Amino acid sequence: MKFSYYPGCTLKTKAKELDRYARLSAEALGFTLEELPEWQCCGGTYPMAKDEIATKLSSVRALASARDAGQDLVTLCSACHNVIKQVNSDMQNDENIALKANNYLQLEEEYHGETRVLHYLEVLRDVVGFDEIAKKVTNPLKGRKIGAYYGCLLLRPGKVMQMDNPENPAILEDFIRAIGATPVKYAMRNECCGGYVTLEDPEISRKKSGAVLHNAKDSGVEMLATACPLCLYNLNQNPDGYDIPVVYFTELLAEALGLKEGGN
Amino acid sequence: MQRIGVFICHCGTNIAATVDVKAVAEALKHEPGVVFSTDYPYMCSEAGQNIVKDAIRDYHLSGVVICSCSPRMHEATFRKAAAVAGLNPYMVEIANIREQCSWIHKDIPQATEKAITLGKAAIAKVHLNAPLYAGESPVVKRALVIGGGIAGIQTALDIADAGFPVDIVETKPTIGGKMTQLDKTFPTLDCAACILTPKMVDCAQNENIKIYSYSEVTDVKGFVGNFTVTIKRKARYVDETKCTGCGICTEKCPMKKVPNEFNLGMNNRSAVYIPFAQAVPKVATIDPEHCNMLKKGKCGLCAKVCTAGAIDYKQKDEFIEEQYGAIVVATGYNPINLDKFDEFAYSQSKDVITSLEFERLTNAAGPTSGTLLRPSDGKHPHTIVFVQCVGSRDTSGCGKEYCSKICCMYTAKHAMLTREKYPDTDVYVFYIDVRTPGKSFDEFYRRAVEQYGVHYIKGMVGKIVPQADGTLAVQASDLLDNKQLHINADLVVLAAAIEPDKSARPLATMLTASMDTNDFFTEAHPKLRPVESPTAGVFLSGTCQGPKDIPETVSQAGAAASKVIGLLCKDKLTCNPCVAHSDEWMCNGCSACEKVCPYGAITYEDKEFRMPDRTTAIRRVAIVNEAVCQGCGACTVACPSGAMDLKGFSNSQIMAEVDAICK
Repeated sequence: MKFSYYPGCTLKTKAKELDRYARLSAEALGFTLEELPEWQCCGGTYPMAKDEIATKLSSVRALASARDAGQDLVTLCSACHNVIKQVNSDMQNDENIALKANNYLQLEEEYHGETRVLHYLEVLRDVVGFDEIAKKVTNPLKGRKIGAYYGCLLLRPGKVMQMDNPENPAILEDFIRAIGATPVKYAMRNECCGGYVTLEDPEISRKKSGAVLHNAKDSGVEMLATACPLCLYNLNQNPDGYDIPVVYFTELLAEALGLKEGGN
Repeated sequence: MQRIGVFICHCGTNIAATVDVKAVAEALKHEPGVVFSTDYPYMCSEAGQNIVKDAIRDYHLSGVVICSCSPRMHEATFRKAAAVAGLNPYMVEIANIREQCSWIHKDIPQATEKAITLGKAAIAKVHLNAPLYAGESPVVKRALVIGGGIAGIQTALDIADAGFPVDIVETKPTIGGKMTQLDKTFPTLDCAACILTPKMVDCAQNENIKIYSYSEVTDVKGFVGNFTVTIKRKARYVDETKCTGCGICTEKCPMKKVPNEFNLGMNNRSAVYIPFAQAVPKVATIDPEHCNMLKKGKCGLCAKVCTAGAIDYKQKDEFIEEQYGAIVVATGYNPINLDKFDEFAYSQSKDVITSLEFERLTNAAGPTSGTLLRPSDGKHPHTIVFVQCVGSRDTSGCGKEYCSKICCMYTAKHAMLTREKYPDTDVYVFYIDVRTPGKSFDEFYRRAVEQYGVHYIKGMVGKIVPQADGTLAVQASDLLDNKQLHINADLVVLAAAIEPDKSARPLATMLTASMDTNDFFTEAHPKLRPVESPTAGVFLSGTCQGPKDIPETVSQAGAAASKVIGLLCKDKLTCNPCVAHSDEWMCNGCSACEKVCPYGAITYEDKEFRMPDRTTAIRRVAIVNEAVCQGCGACTVACPSGAMDLKGFSNSQIMAEVDAICK
């Protein structure tokens, strides 16, 4: 099975492992990620403004080219996924935005939200199936107490993202169980890490990510798994010394599937 | 050819503002058979009805068409008027030009054209109408109340008081419902048990009331005045007639680790149990899920200690069939499941509880004998946070869109009682709005704030994080102060939304009673017939119809009872003459109609026929029992040979209407 794939800028620079292990695991699980031939930065947080049109165009372009290829569009980075999925919803439901975006782009065929956007986790859950993954695991991560860290962008707004219940999600926990580890549920797993505020006021993101790490530690978490490069950055940069490693979920998947070089 | 009169109602401006009524009257005047056509501002008024009556006499009308509101509203009114003027009431047809025309259209020419079309269809039908005569059916003078909470109890007591026998069917081992689990009741703070248990005892002692506890309704057949109901009496493995309720079996039972549902699982009970001290009937029940004797065939201790010899491990579920004239639904409510609201950490901490659990924690018969202690460590909580609207007024899709109505008042009660009993406790209440309409309700809430110093904060709690030291970090917003609040609480109480009991949906299907999207039973009219279901003979009592507090439930229960009494007082009911009829010559005896009839009104008979060739043949044909048939029409659709027809709605009448519309 083939999917159009939108990696996003961070996955080409700081978050190369998120990308690499996702592609490796995909092949082992029987699906292929075909990187879109031309993609641009999703625009980070800018496209979330209702009156922004220009910054939404990169997403629309990616969505339209997935449509032209007749494929679903798969994303990995929580922020890219959030932006692309929200823009797609706007193109479906907001006549004003759809009209202006199409006028700007002058595509051969107008785009009105036809493409289905899937997060890599949704492919694992809904296309491959966690039961199937569990069968293909050669190196189960037994005995590891892993906390899922959703952050805020992956699940919210719930009505648009429609991945899982934003207040009581289970998708990452089910994933952790599928690769043989023990998921640890803790209250702060869907709270914000501080996000981009870290650029302007690192103290705020230190407080926010600190609260997440503190609660995770309290709850017996030994390792955190995330899908978001920015979350990983903020949690890893936290200077308060919580001593909880934070890794991408794709890295754990590759390890469990026996694809990680030098893996145990 | 019929002589037809047509009467167009303005309904004030309800119809006349969108439909050109004069044009309709003029257009319909030229339809075949129409000898009189007029319009009037309020056709349903005394004067309007007189126009109809006079026209019937003056023009010797044989059929009447009223173009007005829905027949559900005034069909009976106009049929009565026609009967007074000497016309068979079933010669009256209503064309609904209000609900199905003026109210849903804006464009006057379009609405007028549609009103004319609807009028023409009704005229086409009246041409084929024939006089019909209503029969009568007897009324079984016994009522069934489904659900034995305060609503069902009150309804049953009132019906019994009027002298009619009434049966209560309750799924739990005891009647009493949710109210038995409450501590005090707002706004007067009298103890729930003190005011409820006398009523429970009254039920048990009233010779007109029969209680089927630990039982369920599994099937309902029949119709108003003549319901046949199957009741499943679940095996309780204890002979109700022998058990004295001494409780020795519950003491000796070795299996003591069963979560006690009466205390919402906050303590344990034995496998053989009596839910609580004042249970009615006060007899033991064995829980087959946990009894060692029933599961493994080993133990038998309760049978040994029972001096009455009431224990019977071989008891089986028993099905009984009873006849009733009226059925009252009183199935009540439950708090919603909080799985989707994990931001409040209900699944993560024992010290996050629901309001109903709080009632048990403050009740003298509860797991802590009425002392407010934290479920996790048994310590006194010093800071308590109450969160209102958990799942109520929720548009996110996780909860309910409606207001659960009782939470503002019981939360004020909890907050006030906590401050009264434990003045060293800090009490916070987070609310979206405080809604306290009701006699002495707002005064009650003001007392909680002003006299008892409860901190009411407008805003919602966003997150609750259980801490390593056992406290709960509550993060919330104060919308009036525009501030983020962080409170370290010892106990958090969630006012969970209430929803109808899960048994309501299958019961509604059995009763063919309608429900709304939230599974609350719908009333026949939201303002004018609030305790009747649209299904004749089915009445509604308590929270099965919508969220209600105790005073409101009791008034509605009494109202439902009075409607039941009104019905049971009658010896006979007038039947609907619009029933099915089978043409014996066309019927081929295939049984298709019998299979679809929900009322069991169709039987078969072998009948002798003189054939055209002068021989005699015995043929199997369908016979409709007109007293049982409700005129639903299912058989007319199922009949492959076109033998089955519905009086007043015959196939030819429906086709004539369709032809008139499509012309």
